[in-house]
Amino acid sequence: MAGVLGERGQASGSSGAAGDSPRHLLSIADLDAYKIVALLDRAEAMIPASRGEAKPEFSLAGKTQINLFFEPSTRTQGSFEIAGKRLGALVMNMSVRTSSVTKGETLVDTAATLNAMRPDVLVVRHGSSGAVKLLSQKVGCSVINAGDGAHEHPTQALLDALTIRRHKGRLAGLTVAICGDIANSRVARSNLLLLGALHVRTRVIAPRTMLPKGIELLASEVFTGMEQGLAGADVVMMLRLQHERAQGRMIPSVREFYRFYGLDADKLAHAKPNAIVMHPGPMNRGVEIDPAIADGPRSVITEQVEMGVAVRMAVLDWLVRGDLDMGSFA
Amino acid sequence: MIRPIVIANARIIDPASNTDRRGALLIADGLIAGIAEGSPQGVPDDAELIDARGLVVAPGLIDMRVFTGEPGREYRETLASAGDAAAAGGVTSFVLMPDSQPAIDDGALVDYVLRRAAAKSKVNVLPAAALTKNLEGQDLTEYGLLKEAGAVALTDGRHSIQSSALLRAAFSYAANFDLPVLHHLADAGLVGEGVMNEGLFATALGLKGIPAEAETVPLARDLQLAALTGVRYHAALISTAGAAELMATARRRSDAVSCGVSINNLALNENDIGDYRTFFRLMPPLRAEADRQAMIEGLRSGSIDVIVSDHDPQDSEMKRQPFAEAANGAVGLETLLAVALRLVHSGDVDLITLLRAMTSRPAEILGLASGRLAIGAPADVIVFDPEFPWVVEEAALRSRSRNTAFEGARLTGAVMHTFVAGQAVFSHAAMLEGAS
Repeated sequence: MAGVLGERGQASGSSGAAGDSPRHLLSIADLDAYKIVALLDRAEAMIPASRGEAKPEFSLAGKTQINLFFEPSTRTQGSFEIAGKRLGALVMNMSVRTSSVTKGETLVDTAATLNAMRPDVLVVRHGSSGAVKLLSQKVGCSVINAGDGAHEHPTQALLDALTIRRHKGRLAGLTVAICGDIANSRVARSNLLLLGALHVRTRVIAPRTMLPKGIELLASEVFTGMEQGLAGADVVMMLRLQHERAQGRMIPSVREFYRFYGLDADKLAHAKPNAIVMHPGPMNRGVEIDPAIADGPRSVITEQVEMGVAVRMAVLDWLVRGDLDMGSFA
Repeated sequence: MIRPIVIANARIIDPASNTDRRGALLIADGLIAGIAEGSPQGVPDDAELIDARGLVVAPGLIDMRVFTGEPGREYRETLASAGDAAAAGGVTSFVLMPDSQPAIDDGALVDYVLRRAAAKSKVNVLPAAALTKNLEGQDLTEYGLLKEAGAVALTDGRHSIQSSALLRAAFSYAANFDLPVLHHLADAGLVGEGVMNEGLFATALGLKGIPAEAETVPLARDLQLAALTGVRYHAALISTAGAAELMATARRRSDAVSCGVSINNLALNENDIGDYRTFFRLMPPLRAEADRQAMIEGLRSGSIDVIVSDHDPQDSEMKRQPFAEAANGAVGLETLLAVALRLVHSGDVDLITLLRAMTSRPAEILGLASGRLAIGAPADVIVFDPEFPWVVEEAALRSRSRNTAFEGARLTGAVMHTFVAGQAVFSHAAMLEGAS
């Protein structure tokens, strides 16, 4: 990542973070390939416990986990809550209502308030890119980024990778196509970083209005047509379209978007016959995906949700215990 | 009666006359009274002698873009604290932007600012008055009355006029009173929700980008309207290679158009934002390295006229926010010269060219008598050591706000003495120690 982004200019001194601070999971960009694989392996091992089929080690017993969501989310918040509870943590959910005026104030103030309650882990989602990083600098506990603006959603990328690996048996050498509103997607960014680090061939497919500048340096290939972009793909990853925001600005209408970029059987036919279909949820059926595909045999969307719990258990366990490197090749 | 001052043993650089020579400078009655080659002859008996020890003596800097918090937001910066920062930075005159509360859009307010500044500020404050009422881009202000009250230029400060028709009227009417217009370039639609330079780096950070065209599109329009109306037009800040090219072309046709560049866009690029460091959130945004190089080239070729600090104090509440929600702006009066000297030390620009962009060029654009070392000119003079090493410490800044983009930066070059109208307003601690 640093190599892609080049050197800083004639900047002043560096930001200089202290080295003894608690572990965080703020972005995939902070992880190397060994750490990613070690996390996936640990998540794999957590699957029985995440399903309630095996007794987990209560590695978070006596620990306090606070889920702090500045943006509403049922799926991710619930997934983190279950993951924490299965590991024995005391989990508290805080949904912070924010007005646009007081948003930032609330963030720094809330950080100070929460820090005084001495949590062990904070799971944070915020609508502004970099906000979770900022918050992590103001607290003394581990912080997990559960999505910050259009920046990153690292646990989503981990659970996606785990789902792919379970279906395909490997990651390296596969071709994964990510389709839709790339410009506004934190899921796309985290996935491009993670898959790129593991030598997966990544493609992005979107209309030009949804392709941010420089994306050709983050993805292996860039396409504006689904047929060409899906040709030979092993995995088709659809993104949620924020159609209320996009309509009129990035696309003229939902029906035109669906006609050219919605995943239906005709378009999916260009991918490999055994290609799997993924979606981070929540889905807009009939906007970015045909209901028949979403609920069809090639969809692994519910399995993604399931893997989410295992991945989040693995991440929580790592942050609290911190022995990820031992016993792995990291 | 103030004693005359002789600054001897100096390297006297005067960009206006394109001279760089050894000698001495005589200051009397607030004016430059004599310039001698070599050792001074005929020094008045009562004169105070300052040994410059071979350091550079130059005209005091003229900074064409400074915001303070006075009136209305004095907790950010007052005219007094900005004056202290300016004196320490070698800035002897600054153009005060009208973006205050209330906005400086009325002759009485120009008069107020001038009186406050005369009483409180160590350096000359040159008020620029609003181009439109309350900076709203709707109705023209009273240019004639504003000029009579003492406004040196017209500008809507941070705001960019979107209506071409209104801008045409403003340019025509400003030309009528021969007032320069300093215009900020920002196409509101193209800026949109953008918070940094559009490109790979913004994409990776998940931040909305501001394309170069948000600057070049309004600049192309402005230059055509300037040609149409004959106004003295000054693009307040350019930051892109495209804008530098447009300016170079326009300058071949007309001397009435000019432009400025922020020291930040000369010294920094978009990568400095790093992990969402909001002190690097600026407008125009820090651009790509190729754009920074184009700014340097523009400075060398003369198609970029002036360097400004774009001093914009913001309190920590406005800056300790997620990047997209933080305010734009950085303070810069105190670090302007030292940061600019990086370009000299790196071999990019020669010293006299650099100084011209902060002395005689702004003086010409604004029609000031200062900005040069000529007999009879105001004795706004600085003595600086281009080799003095120091480290910027936020806590040591004189501004009330500490939002510097150069915290911890190692700089080479510092102001040792600053004189405004012949009065010493700043002396560096290193000079005071050595004085005995």
